[in-house]
Amino acid sequence: MTESSDQTPSPARAIAQSAADWIQRRQFWDWSKKDQAELDAWLAENPLHLVTYLRLEAAWSRTERLAALNRPLSEVPRVAPESRNRWPHMRAAVALIACCVGAGGLWFAQKPKENTYVTPIGVHETISLADGSQIELNTDSALRTRVDGNRRVAVLDRGEALFKIKHDAAHPFVVIAGDHRVTDIGTQFMVREQGARVEVAVLEGSARLESANAQSATLKAGDMAVVSPHSLVVTKKPEREIANSLAWQRGMLVFSQTPLADVAAELNRYNTKKLVIADADAAKAKIGGTFPTSGVEEVTAAARVLFGLRVEDRGNEIVISR
Amino acid sequence: MADQTETSREDGAHRPEAPGVNDVNAWFVREVLPLEPLLMHYLRKQWPNQSEIEDLRQDVYVRVHEAAKKQIPQPAKPFVFRIAHNLLVDRIRREHVVPIEAVADFDELGIAIDAPQPDRSVIARDELRRLQAALDQLPPRAREAVVLGRIEGLNGREIAKRMGIGTATVSAHLANGILALADILTGEGPPQERKS
Repeated sequence: MTESSDQTPSPARAIAQSAADWIQRRQFWDWSKKDQAELDAWLAENPLHLVTYLRLEAAWSRTERLAALNRPLSEVPRVAPESRNRWPHMRAAVALIACCVGAGGLWFAQKPKENTYVTPIGVHETISLADGSQIELNTDSALRTRVDGNRRVAVLDRGEALFKIKHDAAHPFVVIAGDHRVTDIGTQFMVREQGARVEVAVLEGSARLESANAQSATLKAGDMAVVSPHSLVVTKKPEREIANSLAWQRGMLVFSQTPLADVAAELNRYNTKKLVIADADAAKAKIGGTFPTSGVEEVTAAARVLFGLRVEDRGNEIVISR
Repeated sequence: MADQTETSREDGAHRPEAPGVNDVNAWFVREVLPLEPLLMHYLRKQWPNQSEIEDLRQDVYVRVHEAAKKQIPQPAKPFVFRIAHNLLVDRIRREHVVPIEAVADFDELGIAIDAPQPDRSVIARDELRRLQAALDQLPPRAREAVVLGRIEGLNGREIAKRMGIGTATVSAHLANGILALADILTGEGPPQERKS
């Protein structure tokens, strides 16, 4: 019956205990007007009190029928326990598994275990780690976290994430993406994995970037680095541009003079219904503005209205052509 | 945005008269509480942290009851499950970190809503048997106190005397019994093994 047996009772359980006590007091002990007034006050105090009381009282009033038996205890026939005993164990097992999954990144817990976080298309999540760090995982991304010796390690297997790291010199935070690694030096930074190409943008503080072929650079706030198997390019970006590239945190995408092909590619990261630009000229048309990450319709409307392009909905994809 | 559907009924120009508290309570007991087995099944399936299920259920009840004070929703079932769904969505937004399955599974809601209701005559016929079965699931001392009080009609002091224990202990046993009976009776599933 109780999933959380030997911990302190949940808030709901504590209220249920009070409600049960009121019911038994009223039923089996002296009950004065003052008692009734106190009960009424307790019920009015919090809607949780009322619904809990109603639930217990409803079940309890059903047991009134038992009075019809009015036979000695020994004669009340017992019903065989059947198979109900199996269920509490099953539930306990399920609860245990769920807890392990839900517990998240306990960085310096005794066991070297790895936590995996996956976001489906169109969903982003905030992961709060036990060390106070936060990771925002963007659409269609996969991240693993673990403790490796004295290092906190996050492996970005796919997609994009914004790291807000609680700096701890004794326990450096390392992000690994496509064989490149980023080590924080007190930072907020974004990492986006696109196959062999990885983008890193630093919002605050600084971070050290090491590419797979041992090139390295120290990035400061406003720096954006693009690493591919054979190159590492760092450019300075205006603060606003970097902020815009993180608008997905609010469920938005910001475009400025962006070719339609890039807009479609970006939107397709967030949506299962894909936008296909079937015409080379149409692909070059430039669009600006702020769109929701789910804004396929907004973009197709813009394509139709602004450029007079043809928009054809084929069910699992939308094709834009001339 | 998700909450809009819960309250949209009352947005019309002609707001119906609010029902009385007793009507709401009676409706709640009659229409909402019997949905508990389905509701629990739904919550257990959708929410990863099983230790929070009871709190979630009670939160659903509060939202349902509060909404019904403005207007009693008919029918109750889709309304209750919509509120449950919205509550989970709110919780996910607030807590952010939820294993992905919980989000992905949301639309299985329809299954729970469409599950068949047990036949009412079957419920009536089996009620006494079910009550006895519930009684037998209580811890022995709680069972004894409840049987003495409910079946033999003793009051608290008499129960204490008969069991040879203090009145405070009797109160505790009775309260435990009431609590456990509610979980067993309200939370039980439909009577599958009692078809025909």
